[in-house]
Amino acid sequence: MRAEEVEARLPEALARVLGASPVAVTNVRQMTGGAVHETWAVDVTTQDVGRPAGAQRLVLRVFVATAPGGMSAEHEFSVLRAAFDAGVPAPRPVALLGSADMGAPSFLMERVDGETIGRRLVKDALYAAVRPRVADQLGRIAAAIHGVPLSAELRAFLSAPPEGASGAEWELRRIEGIYRDVTRDPHPAFELALRWLRERLVPSGPHTLVHGDYRVGNVVYGPEGVRAVLDWEGAHIGDPMEDLGWVCVRSWRFGGGLPVGGVGKREELFAAYEAAGGAPVDPRRVRWWEVFGNLRWGIITLGLAAPFLRGHTHDVEPAAIGRRAVETEWELLELMEAG
Amino acid sequence: MQDHPTVAQLLDAVRRYLEEEIVPNTDGRRQFLARVSANTLQIVLRELEAEEEHLEREWAGLERLLGPMARPATRAELRAALRARNEELCRRIRAGEADGGEWSRRVWEHVRTVVRDKISVTNPGFLAPASP
Repeated sequence: MRAEEVEARLPEALARVLGASPVAVTNVRQMTGGAVHETWAVDVTTQDVGRPAGAQRLVLRVFVATAPGGMSAEHEFSVLRAAFDAGVPAPRPVALLGSADMGAPSFLMERVDGETIGRRLVKDALYAAVRPRVADQLGRIAAAIHGVPLSAELRAFLSAPPEGASGAEWELRRIEGIYRDVTRDPHPAFELALRWLRERLVPSGPHTLVHGDYRVGNVVYGPEGVRAVLDWEGAHIGDPMEDLGWVCVRSWRFGGGLPVGGVGKREELFAAYEAAGGAPVDPRRVRWWEVFGNLRWGIITLGLAAPFLRGHTHDVEPAAIGRRAVETEWELLELMEAG
Repeated sequence: MQDHPTVAQLLDAVRRYLEEEIVPNTDGRRQFLARVSANTLQIVLRELEAEEEHLEREWAGLERLLGPMARPATRAELRAALRARNEELCRRIRAGEADGGEWSRRVWEHVRTVVRDKISVTNPGFLAPASP
């Protein structure tokens, strides 16, 4: 989709869903572009009789294609709304649009200003004061996410471990299936990790909403701290410890020396999580999920390189990412040998 | 045999051009991809330098784990044979043979050596100890 197209089609869709007209849509620019979702920043001005004119700074997410097993626009909008309503810092959902509106399913949410790039959190002087507080904030926010009520609406579409299976068992089975499907090369280190994880399967506590991609890089932050959690498309029902393990995966440390986003300690994360009402944290269970998280990220990098290896794209980015799986192999060996 | 410059010298000239001329004079996605491209050439340069030694070490390690085998004559055949031997190693790990004991200890040591070699090519900076 082109910016002109967004500018041309959005006013009518907005006039309908917001019940306000006329609507001016300005400053359209693409934030990220992918094969699956496009994200656009748009400024919207409504001028209704009897209401003050106001500009809203919004984000339009267009679901150009549906990834296999991916979440639809409607479902991501529902998860976002449930999280926002439960008090999780997340962009306020504004409106769900139909396929006819923008040519593909899409939704609008409030634009939260701030930084998302992880490397800047670790290195920029602007964020020096917030670095020591990030683990605490992420712990509290994780507790809020895991406290989001699982309504019948959410339960109807969120993936969940089958009856009787733990979150760990279910996720491990899923990731092994993806690995067998996607790998072009033998990976003895990944095989060792699969065995290691299977032998040490951890029981789940009560299942909760799990964000599924909870990490620095998927949060908006400013000099005062974390402002909003983004990227809810991986949300599912499962073991809440999954999010606590994932946030510690080395790839999200951006060169920083500490486990939580490169800037915070695990103990701070866990203490804040418990203080904010999260379930008691067993560090060994989180450790299992951190090992799992490294394996998962390694397998995701194989998947990201696959379109290049299949000749669907000639871009250098997916080509280069194929050589990053070995980073997770190294980290897996380090973690597993540490016990 | 080709004349000078060597492959490494040619690639390094392209890498320098990307790093010194393109990266500072672009922004956004184009700059990012120029940086990725320069970094990719650096990987290729390191691999050219180290591949022979790494393949030999991996072959010797797999012979110690899986038994001796006639060493293929060409590098392409060596790569194919390494793939087959690694698949065998993976099958035995999957079957639980590396879950414990002496052979398992040697498997871990071998895998660590090979992964260290691979990462010394793709991203040597990653070898610094991770945080506790």
